[in-house]
Amino acid sequence: MKAAVLAGLAALALAGCDVSMTDQPRLDTYGSSDIWPDGAAARRPPAGTVSQSDPAWEKAMKRPPAVTTALIERGHERYDIYCAPCHGASGHGDGMVVRRGFPSPPSYHSARLRAAPAQHFFDVITNGYGVMYSYASRVPPRDRWAIVAYIRALQLSQHASLADVPDAREQLP
Amino acid sequence: MAQIFSPRATTIAVIVLVALVSVPVVLIAYIYQVHSSPYATHVGIPVAQPIPFSHAHHVGDVGLDCRYCHTGVETSAFAGLPPTSTCMTCHSQLWTNAAMLAPVRESLAKGKPIRWNRVHDLPDYVYFDHSVHIANGVGCSSCHGDVSKMPLTRKVKPLTMGWCLSCHENPAPHLRPQAEIFNPHWKPGPDHEKEGRMLMAHYGIDKDHLTDCSVCHR
Repeated sequence: MKAAVLAGLAALALAGCDVSMTDQPRLDTYGSSDIWPDGAAARRPPAGTVSQSDPAWEKAMKRPPAVTTALIERGHERYDIYCAPCHGASGHGDGMVVRRGFPSPPSYHSARLRAAPAQHFFDVITNGYGVMYSYASRVPPRDRWAIVAYIRALQLSQHASLADVPDAREQLP
Repeated sequence: MAQIFSPRATTIAVIVLVALVSVPVVLIAYIYQVHSSPYATHVGIPVAQPIPFSHAHHVGDVGLDCRYCHTGVETSAFAGLPPTSTCMTCHSQLWTNAAMLAPVRESLAKGKPIRWNRVHDLPDYVYFDHSVHIANGVGCSSCHGDVSKMPLTRKVKPLTMGWCLSCHENPAPHLRPQAEIFNPHWKPGPDHEKEGRMLMAHYGIDKDHLTDCSVCHR
């Protein structure tokens, strides 16, 4: 009798430990799986696969969007996330990662990069350059153009004259 | 005739009566305490990782934005774990011989992703989506804490259903302006009650359906 009661209580207690719903037998995003050599559950599409979004992606690569304030602001945000760690907030090539020993990238304010076409910056983001890795997987084409627009704004900011900002004189000490 | 009740009977009867009420209460309270304790929720316990990655260093010292590595957080359900090439963006040049980073270099050389261990693991029947929270004023640190102060990543919130509902029932105190979403140090200001109401309107949050079962379960 005593044993039966204990067994009943144990069964009740164990019923609360059923985790079959909590951890379902499925492969989760970023999950691992031992059936593939690389240990990841996710599979890469075969080489040459064209994704449904690829034509739009290609189009965005080729055609720069119209430069608007919104685009430059988007570029500012993306620049601060992905570029500023090395290139610095103002584009002088003195970001925090550089201050910690990464080779210093050229300043955007050099004569060479001020004369460089927009396509050059876009291509460097896409393919990388020197020790800079490609950012193609992190920055989609439209954001790359936005960053290029913001780099232009940074370049202008470092070579502006007082005449470019009529209201600035009153604010200067 | 012998006494039916011994002298101890009254005492035993009182103990039994008290126990009938108190034992279930104490037992339920105890189980509840265990369930909400770090023993069950793993709150505050750093999870061992193949590489002792420090958010305190990368976010706190270097100042990287969350999205530098967690690129999917604004657009998809999963915040995204960085591929090894993201680590190597810097570590191809920095700490290139550090023993601590040997698994990163090995991962790149062999094309085998690093097996990180989950810190925040929701039950499989919860369909959580990062992007919808990010787009509606819930910042990273509201759930993940200030990672810029975590040498090893740990949970700071229990991630129980009760905890989820505490915000879904009354989101206003937890909302922040768009510019503060990725700020790991954000804290509500003194006037946040009023701001919270304004943010509810700004993000267009409909409180009536936030606690529907199908919001999180399908």
